[in-house]
Order: sequence, then structure tokens, then C-alpha cells
Amino acid sequence: MGFLPVLLWTDALFFLLLGMGVFTIVHVRREAPLRAAWRRVGSRPSGMAAAVILLAFLAIGLVDSLHFRQQLPATEGAPANAPVAYSSEVLSALDVLLAPLRTRVEKTYSAPFATELYARETVELPGGGQARIYPRLTWGGAHLGEDMSKRDADLAKRLATGVAGALELWITVAAILVVILARRRGNGMRQAVRAVWRGETVLAWRSALVTLGCVLLVSILAIKLAPYYHVFGTDKVGQDVLYLSLKSVRTALIIGTLTTLVMLPFAVALGIMAGYLGGWVDDVIQYVYTVLNAIPGVLLIAAAVLMMQVVIDTHPQWFSTAAERADARLLALCLILGITSWTGLCRLLRGETLKLRELEYVQAARAFGVGTPAILRRHVLPNVMHIVLIALVMDFSGLVLAEAVLSYVGIGVDPTTISFGTMINMARAELAREPMVWWSLMAAFAFMFVLVLSANLFADVVRDAFDPRRS
Amino acid sequence: MLAYVLRRLLYALPILIGVNLVTFGLFFVVNSPDDMARMQLGVKRVTPEAIERWKVEHGYDLPLFFNAAVHGSAQVTDTIFFQKSLKMFTFDFGRADDGRDIAQEIRDRMGPSLALALPTFVLGLFASVSLALILVFFRASYLDFWGVVLCVAMMSISSLFYIIGGQWLVSKLWALVPISGYAPGLDAARFLVLPVAISVIAGVGSNARWYRTIFLEEISRDYVRTARAKGLSERAVLFRHVLKNAMIPILTGVVVVIPLLFMGSLLVESFFGIPGLGSYTIDAINAQDFAVVRAMVFIGSVLYIVGLILTDISYTLVDPRVRLE
Repeated sequence: MGFLPVLLWTDALFFLLLGMGVFTIVHVRREAPLRAAWRRVGSRPSGMAAAVILLAFLAIGLVDSLHFRQQLPATEGAPANAPVAYSSEVLSALDVLLAPLRTRVEKTYSAPFATELYARETVELPGGGQARIYPRLTWGGAHLGEDMSKRDADLAKRLATGVAGALELWITVAAILVVILARRRGNGMRQAVRAVWRGETVLAWRSALVTLGCVLLVSILAIKLAPYYHVFGTDKVGQDVLYLSLKSVRTALIIGTLTTLVMLPFAVALGIMAGYLGGWVDDVIQYVYTVLNAIPGVLLIAAAVLMMQVVIDTHPQWFSTAAERADARLLALCLILGITSWTGLCRLLRGETLKLRELEYVQAARAFGVGTPAILRRHVLPNVMHIVLIALVMDFSGLVLAEAVLSYVGIGVDPTTISFGTMINMARAELAREPMVWWSLMAAFAFMFVLVLSANLFADVVRDAFDPRRS
Repeated sequence: MLAYVLRRLLYALPILIGVNLVTFGLFFVVNSPDDMARMQLGVKRVTPEAIERWKVEHGYDLPLFFNAAVHGSAQVTDTIFFQKSLKMFTFDFGRADDGRDIAQEIRDRMGPSLALALPTFVLGLFASVSLALILVFFRASYLDFWGVVLCVAMMSISSLFYIIGGQWLVSKLWALVPISGYAPGLDAARFLVLPVAISVIAGVGSNARWYRTIFLEEISRDYVRTARAKGLSERAVLFRHVLKNAMIPILTGVVVVIPLLFMGSLLVESFFGIPGLGSYTIDAINAQDFAVVRAMVFIGSVLYIVGLILTDISYTLVDPRVRLE
């Protein structure tokens, strides 16, 4: 069956960002001072651990950004040369990987690892009459047949194979790493193992391996269990909560990264210009960001989102699928969040440039008659890049948290977009149920906490490594 | 001093005008009143007559900037820009979509917002500064390390979870306080204990960490070394010298939020059903009541500018070296 690749706007920008990341890595490898700074990041155990987890999240987000539309089967009796029709549903590669989770929808709530629905139902008994029972789930534990007493043994068996599989994979990865390290150090395998074990390597490989072990364990257990059980239960309409959590990762990453990417050029250009040129340019730029700052952030976002909603609602012809519309809203949210967040970075850069322009080498360049654009590009910009980088990583976690709050309030992503905010929004009503449905909230909490915590830790390490005042 | 404040207020005017233009652009140029009417009326009831009627009812039937249909000064005043935007400078906000007077509504709701925000502010500041001082006192020890880890973990939790979790644990499981609601007068305390506690806890992680870095920066200065060399105890150094000198950076971050306390906390108020300005704003956002959102944006920016001026004034009170000319 064929398919039609779909490149949503956020996908394109996300890939552009990745390309820039790859370019930066190549660039960093060539420049000694940058390499040293990044080595400082890698030498901190918390930095390496956070990086491993962030890479795992990034992998999920990346797979979820490969979108396509499936080809519909040809209609009966259609002429052979009829144009190929594609489904209006936009899927991602992650949807394909998680197809069992996506399609195996129960009737309504079920607890994690449950084999029965969470609510009683009245059913007709085969011999006539009715009974109030917990009906059997259609998919959860379906392989057990009717004998549900086998569930615990089955779970234990799958857990054991999962742990064994994870251990096997982990040992393989660790062995490869040790071989590479031994090659590079040139003093034998035994020494390399000991160095990693005692944490004596230049980069904190020990903490990276420990974290990787945890990530592998969790993901392989999920892979072993998720096709047979609802690991995190199901929500009100019977969707698998694990699936929802994994899909939320992309939304969080997009908001966290694209927002800064979208506004970075403005913040950098305006900040440097205000600081270097001074005069009326400085006045105008300062005026603009003071005005934007003066408007309370949430209200500015709310107002802008309301406006954008109207624009999107009144122009349905712009979007051929619902996914494109939701995507446009996501991108617009990134833009709006960017407008409210560029002012801080702009002010920082202006201050730094004010300092830089008085330094000897910049004044020397000016005395030699180097043009202003060249000075800005060659002398000022490279020397403020560390501030940009620090601001980038520091903002990320705040933006992920902001997305959840905004979506909860109803001024965030499109209601059809799966995000942590929309998940929490749905979960809130479930807490009031009797008996309480706690698993969707816990799943959203766990995923968000791990993501934001590792982002915060990573940001700290990056700041320590790049901030010249702190080293 | 007075002359300085007056001049700062004068400087504030162009900023307010800028805010006004931004909101005007957002609310009337990006979207025409026709779009607004269409959205308010819903898809089913949109007819040209219905749109016209809605616009007349809500006063959006005027031209944007210039009214050619009338004569004299009315050409300028009988416009949406004058009626809806410029009148805000006189704190005349007009009416909300449900017909109520917005200014009156704001006056009524200021009390509950302050009752929530003031204790949160004072207790939050106290808790964060104390925690930061403890961490600095035991710096480079296990207590400091795990304290910072705890702070980072606490700031990684979304405020939504603090609210939902706190409400569930304290109100539902332990049934100590009502889940939500509000009563005027002293009865309010019963309803406010939990929201205040949750707001303080939700903010303490990031604030304490921020104050800790400020204190650490202060402690590495020369006068601290002198004080220690003089034989002062670590406690005396910390409380008598460092705390006093770290006030300037702390004030910079803190004073500017004081006027914004009037605005209340959007999330907490709407979760706990406190009839303050925060929940008013969220309700307006959900109901897409543009007049209210516009009014709140304006008030918010006025308060922000007041906060900036207060920050400058507070510097002179803390640090005699700062002179406002």
C-alpha cells in the first residue's frame, strides 16, 4: 500500500532545527574552546544523565514527526486509471510503531494492567436475566482467554524476559563503549572497564550508562507488556494512556524548541543592534520591548491566541486536513510564546553588546575601518553566543510547563492535539469520579516530570560550562 | 524625589500608549468586529442582520479611526478607537458581554484577589529567603546538595500538579478544608489556607534556588572576608551583612510583582473558585469576552509600570548610595 508523505510546518522547522544541531556539532568539533566547554558539560554526571534522557525523548519526538497519509484501497468498480485517493487522517511513524496501542480501544476506563473494565455494566446472561458485572476488556489481557487467574504469572514471566532483554542490550552497548574507550586510551580493556566503573573517564560515561540502563529497562518492559496489557490503563473513551503520553512528547518538544528558534533571530538581531548602534535605534528597540513586557504575559498570549483562533476558524480553506489545522495552531502558539519571551534575551544581549563595543579589539576593528555589519558578525555575535545558548536551554523547561498550563486554560494547543495540557485537562474531571481514576494524571505527571527535570539539570550544567563568570 | 517620580510617570505615558496600540491592533485590526460577531453568535445563527445587530448592541458598529458620517469633534470621538481604546485611560472600561459594568466588577473582585495574593507573597518570600539562607549557611555540605536537588525537583513539577494534588489530598482525602468556594470577611480564611499554601510550595523551589545564588555571590565579596577576619560568627555575617546587602537584587525581582498582586493568580483562583480578578480573566478568556480581556491587559500594564517605579524608589530606601536625580 502506498502513502503520501506529509510535511507539516512544525515538522519542517523541527528538522531544520535538527540540521542546525548537526551543523553545530560539526562546528564545535573544529573549535577548541567550544570543544572544551562541551567537554565540561560531558564531564558532569548530571549533565550526561540528563542528556541521555533528553536524547530518548528527542528520538520519540523525531519518529513522531515523520508524517504521512495512507493510500485508500481502490473503490470497487473504479476505472484502472482513477486518481489514487489518500486517507484524510495524517499519521506519523510513531503511530505505525504504536499501531497496537492506537487501534486497540476499549469501551471506557480501565486500570493499569486490568483485564476488566473499571465500571460495572448490566449484561444479559446467556440463560436469561441480567447481571451487574465488570465486563471483560476487549484487548487488555486478551491473550489470557477467560482464565484471568493466570494474569499475575503471565505478568511475572513477561517482566522477567523484559529485564533479561534489557540487561542483554545494555551489556552489548556497554561493551561497545568500553571497546571504543580502550582503543582511544590505548591501555587495554581491563583498564577501560575499571576507569568507567570508577567514574575516572573524561566524560561521565558511568552515569550515562546507568541512565541508559534505566531507559532501556523502562522501554523494553513497555515493549514487552504494552501489546498485551494497557500499561497505564485507558482513559474515558478507552484510549491507551501510554499512547497518549508518548504522543504528548512531540508537542512538548516542539513548543520548547521551536518557540526559541522562531524568535531567536529577532532577539539576537535587535539586541545586538540596540547595544552596538545606540542612539535612536536603541530607543526604538527598547521602547518596543518595554511595551511588550508591560503587558502581562498570560494576557498577551490569551489575547493573541483568541485572535489566531478567529483567523483559523474563518479560513477553513487554508487547511486540507484537520492535522494541518491543528499544526497551524501549534506553530502559531510557538510564535506567540516567542513574542512574549524574546524580550528577556534581547535585553541581556543589549547589555552584553554595550560592554563588548568598548573592548579594545572591537575599537581596533572600528579604527581599521571595518564596516559595522562585519564587526557585528565577526566580533560581537560570536562573543554573545554563549548567552544565546544558555537562554535557549534555560527557557526550554519553562516553555514545556507553560504549554501544559495554557492548554489547560484552553488557550494552548488545538483540543485535538495530544499534549500534556490536554491530558491533564481530561484527567482533572476523572479525579472527582468515585472510585477515582488516577492513572492518566500520574502518567502525565511522570512523563512531564522526567522531561522537565532532565531539561533543568542539563540547563544548569550548560550554564555552568559556558557562563564565563561562573567557571 | 517627587520630581523624579513625576518624570517617570511622564515616561510611562508613551509606553501605555504603545500597549494601547498593540491591544487595539490585536483586537480590532487583526480581527474585524465582524469576525468577533461571527464567533460570538456561533456558526448557526450567522446572518448579516444578526452580525449588524450584535455590533450595534456592543458598540462595535462605528468606524475604526475616523467617522465621516458625523461632524465636528464627533468625527474622532465616535470611533471604535476612541470609544473602546482611549477611554481606558480614564479607567472607563465599558460593559462586558453580559452587560455588567467592568470597572465595578474589577472593584468588587480586587478584595478576594488581594486576600489570596498578599499572604502568598509575604509567606512565599519568607519561606524562600529562609530556605536559601539555610542552604547558604550549610553550603558545600550534603544538606546544601540535597536541598538544591530538592529545589530543582520541585521546580520541575507543573503548578497544575501542585494544585490538583493538594486539592485531592487535603480537601478530598483528609477533608480538612472545603475544595473550593469563597466567603467574604473572616470566613475567607477557611477557603484561603489551602490555595495560599499550595502557591507558596509551588514557588519555593525556583525562588529559593535563585536567592541562594544571589547570597552565594554576595558571600564571595571582600567585605564578607573582612567581617570574618574581624572574628564575627558565620551567623552574624550571614544575617547582619549578607542578607542586608543582598536586598538590592532581591528587591529588583520582588517589588515589580507587588502591583501585579491585584491581578491575582489566574490558575489558583479559577481552581479554587475564588471570585477574584484572575478567575474573572480566565472566565472572560473562555467566554471570549474581548472587552474584559482588553481591560485586564490595560490594568496589568499600568500596574507593571507602577512596579518599575516602585523598584527604583525601593533602591533608595535600601541603599543610601543610590540617588534618584
